[in-house]
Amino acid sequence: MHELSVTESILNIAKKHAVKANASRVTDIHIVIGALSSIVDDSVQFYWDIITQETICAEATLHFKRVPAKLTCQDCGHTFDIQDELSPCPICGSIRVKVVGGEEFWLESIEIEREGETA
Amino acid sequence: MTSENVPVVESIMNANDQVAMMNRKILDDAGVFAINIMASPGSGKTSTILRTIEALAPEIRIAVIEGDTAPVTIDSDKVKALGIPAVQINTGGSCHLDAPMFNRGLDQVDLSNVDLLIIENVGNLICPAGFMLGSHANVVIASIPEGDDKPYKYPRIYRGIEVMIINKMDLTPYVDFDMDYFRKGVQILNQDVIFFNISCKTGEGVPEWTNWLKNRIKQQKEKAK
Repeated sequence: MHELSVTESILNIAKKHAVKANASRVTDIHIVIGALSSIVDDSVQFYWDIITQETICAEATLHFKRVPAKLTCQDCGHTFDIQDELSPCPICGSIRVKVVGGEEFWLESIEIEREGETA
Repeated sequence: MTSENVPVVESIMNANDQVAMMNRKILDDAGVFAINIMASPGSGKTSTILRTIEALAPEIRIAVIEGDTAPVTIDSDKVKALGIPAVQINTGGSCHLDAPMFNRGLDQVDLSNVDLLIIENVGNLICPAGFMLGSHANVVIASIPEGDDKPYKYPRIYRGIEVMIINKMDLTPYVDFDMDYFRKGVQILNQDVIFFNISCKTGEGVPEWTNWLKNRIKQQKEKAK
């Protein structure tokens, strides 16, 4: 259910920017998702296909750019990516680490078409 | 037909976050300290709230907003039985409270008679984490029988919280729960989190938690003056 409200939010933002750009159709949507943002892109896609029917975004393709969780060690300064399980600093073993990336969840850009213009 | 790339760069949670900021202002103006309690089902959210009420009321005026996916009033009835105003928000099957839902709940609370507003979020370790409500402190409750691997499996919820309550400490002798492993997982995600180990069954650790709350409520009152 969580993904439904998120997908509606994506549609609202895309529509707003499409209207502003005088688009007749939105063909592609680029979304950035951090590994810590707990969004399941399959579910977003599922809702997307349903809720975009008969909107300017109908049949637009969703592209997800996944960003790994990035941590910086407060003790030795090492910055590292976490792919799987959370782990302390791989260099010095400290758990005094700070999350510096991986919480991204934004709409980066949309690709649009305009009617009446020739390529 | 031409194709064109339009840069957007807008947070997908922006609409929610803006309402959350409005909610925060309403609370600040009223001098009310609000906490958002998140946890999995069965961790003891309602029991912790009841223990908190027992410890602080009537000296501290409390109101509770209950988020529930189903229109059952089991939790809010328990709160009301202690003479505390409770507002039930039915999320209509949704897995979390969001800022607009909380805003509608706020409308039903007489904030001029409240020092502490407790929000009991929907029992879920995933979705509530994504939706800021405008509360002053996010609190997660874990419980010993849930297992020590939760921070590793549901990392998002431990980000942006101020307090981590570990409940059901009385079950420690019966359950394999590696406290160090659990705490390490939380601390990797969030260095500044404050831990309270409690048992709603025995009352162990509850005064430390409610003393922390009392201090924060006092600070909030002073800020509003």
